[in-house]
Amino acid sequence: METLMALLIGVLFTVGVFLLLSKNFLKIILGTSILAHGTHLLIITMGGLKKGMPPIVRGENVSYTDPLPQALILTAIVINFAVTAFFLVLAYRSYQELGTDNIDKLRGIADE
Amino acid sequence: MKPNDVILQTVTKIVTFIILTFAIYLFLAGHHEPGGGFIGGLVIASALTLLYLAFDIETVREGLPVDFKVVAAVGVFIAVATGMGSILFDQPFLSQAFGYFNLPIFGKTELATAVLFDLGVALAVVGTGVTIILSISRDA
Amino acid sequence: MNNLVILPLLIPLLAGIFLVIFRQNILLQRWFSIVAIFSTGVVAAYLLQMVADDGIQTLAIGGWEAPFGIVLVIDMFSGLLILTTSIVSFGCILFAFNSIGLEREQFYFYPFMLFLITGVNGSFLTGDLFNLFVCFEVMLISSYVLISLGGTKVQLRESIKYVLINIMSSTMFLLGIAYLYAITGTLNMAHLSVRIAEVGQQGLLTTVAILFLVVFSLKAALFLYFWLPGSYAAPPTAIGAIFGALLTKVGIYALFRMFTLVFYHQPEITHLLLGVMAALTMLLGGIGAVSQWDIRKIIAYNVIIAVGFIVSGLAVFTSTAVAGGIYYLIHDMIVKALLFLLGGTIIGIAGTSKLKEMSGLIRNHPLLGWMFFITVLALAGIPPLSGFIGKVLVIKGTMEAEFYWLAVIGLLSSLMVLYSVMKIFVNGFWGETYLSKEQEKGTTSGLLFPCILLTMVSIGFGLGVEGITFYIDQAANGLMNPDIYIKAVLKSP
Repeated sequence: METLMALLIGVLFTVGVFLLLSKNFLKIILGTSILAHGTHLLIITMGGLKKGMPPIVRGENVSYTDPLPQALILTAIVINFAVTAFFLVLAYRSYQELGTDNIDKLRGIADE
Repeated sequence: MKPNDVILQTVTKIVTFIILTFAIYLFLAGHHEPGGGFIGGLVIASALTLLYLAFDIETVREGLPVDFKVVAAVGVFIAVATGMGSILFDQPFLSQAFGYFNLPIFGKTELATAVLFDLGVALAVVGTGVTIILSISRDA
Repeated sequence: MNNLVILPLLIPLLAGIFLVIFRQNILLQRWFSIVAIFSTGVVAAYLLQMVADDGIQTLAIGGWEAPFGIVLVIDMFSGLLILTTSIVSFGCILFAFNSIGLEREQFYFYPFMLFLITGVNGSFLTGDLFNLFVCFEVMLISSYVLISLGGTKVQLRESIKYVLINIMSSTMFLLGIAYLYAITGTLNMAHLSVRIAEVGQQGLLTTVAILFLVVFSLKAALFLYFWLPGSYAAPPTAIGAIFGALLTKVGIYALFRMFTLVFYHQPEITHLLLGVMAALTMLLGGIGAVSQWDIRKIIAYNVIIAVGFIVSGLAVFTSTAVAGGIYYLIHDMIVKALLFLLGGTIIGIAGTSKLKEMSGLIRNHPLLGWMFFITVLALAGIPPLSGFIGKVLVIKGTMEAEFYWLAVIGLLSSLMVLYSVMKIFVNGFWGETYLSKEQEKGTTSGLLFPCILLTMVSIGFGLGVEGITFYIDQAANGLMNPDIYIKAVLKSP
């Protein structure tokens, strides 16, 4: 299972980096988002996949799955969600104002 | 031409209430089972989004004259304020308490301060969720 | 347990929320935010004295004791930084009253300023690595809003790059957290330190350390500073000042904390790398500052040079050098804010940021001119001003540890700083007076008071260094002996 997850994370990172290196705002934003998903999967894999019971104390001698990575990625997902929403609006506004969605054209010295 | 969305509007009028009821169920279930303020808030936000889709933004605003940025702020305020409540009892910030009470109709009920915190979370999520949708959809 | 520890985080947060609700009342916004910052400063000073008397104060949030729950820790180092943050942001918000414009004030300028300070204070306070990430994000999201607030073309162009680079570094931060959690099974910084000391810092951990080094260097603009000059020059003065004074410093704080508390076992790799990066930062930043003819750009490059200088204190890793680094860090927060504010005032008067188009301002603005001169001297580290003691200690520390190359580059960078800011002084204030009082594009009314305030603090810091030495020595001592921190957090005997 861990090997499979490692492969999946690798694929997500590849796709994310590929999109990040493109010139288009929208592709870049999608790239950051996919990269973040890869990271979240990495955290949950690193914390150990399902090893035991849900972590609610039952009194008897059972092993529990580590709940911390799930709390961590929940927080990270929410943060990523907010940042992506902001980035999308910002990119849209920039496209309207600057008239381009090409990151290469943002090298402005022109109006300075 | 104005699109014909009678079906969508009729269905929305009924479904919104089902979604909102489900949201309240999720919110209350969160104390012991999967659910909670965050998910409850998201479901409420999705019900509101459905309203915005079926009717236009202006109509919904007339029926629901709320500034959702303020809703988010009030939500965060409630969440932080419940955390501060514990300071009054000389406990660490964000400590929680619960107890069992005999209420008239419900019988023996568990009441916990964590629910108040969750209420704040739910309001914050509704506020930010709807604000994000509205600001992305504007002048498209 | 001490509930006061959360107050530097809670006061600006609550004030910010309150101001979101009362958005229209500008007068309320102004006074409420200034009172909130002032009371944060008072609480910070009180906590600082408490730390000096009774040692490190901690608060386990929700009663979950470390290493299981999130713990907030205030030691001397973070206490000093929180106090300085309050002073600097007090000045910047006062400056914003008369310069930021009604439009931005109505669009949540003050709430986001307060949320930014919440994030900064939270980063200084937290004792948990993941919580550090969250506080970083609170600070960064507020900074995204502040940098794009107003939506001029330059701002939008620069903010896209700024947001992108910070999202990337946040992703890498999370990656580092994931690896560290897999290796050690904890994220509490004190607990991390204990566990890493137990198993030894092997190759894997050093690699993770370098990942963190990259992350924090991106935030602190240490060597990876390519995004900084453009984005810090774009927003209005008050926002640029708070960015220049606080944001990079939070990255530096994280570097200091991680590389003295957690990853201190292999200084021949990690700290040497820090030293090389610091040297390159000073050199390249210096060249950048000297070559520019735009006031905003010169000041932004000066931020970069200072980052290199402070981190060279950490790189040497002796108590003298670290103490020097702390002195210089505090000095730099105050003086960089002051420099941004003075530069913004000059730009406001002249109506341009290009040095070649201004001249002779000192005839009509002697106070501004002399204040700028004092700031220049403080930046260059002329005694008895505030930069002096920090520079002396860092150079002394580097010499003692036989990092001669670092000391030489540090001294060289001081010259470059002096040259680059003197260029502003000579070109802006000397020469023929083009503009009569009537022709000036802006006024200085209300803008000089916060500058005077920060100048006084800077001079006071320089002259009253005797009184502060005790606190800074204790801070450096705490950094050099991680056991003190660990004992306070984990409550182990």
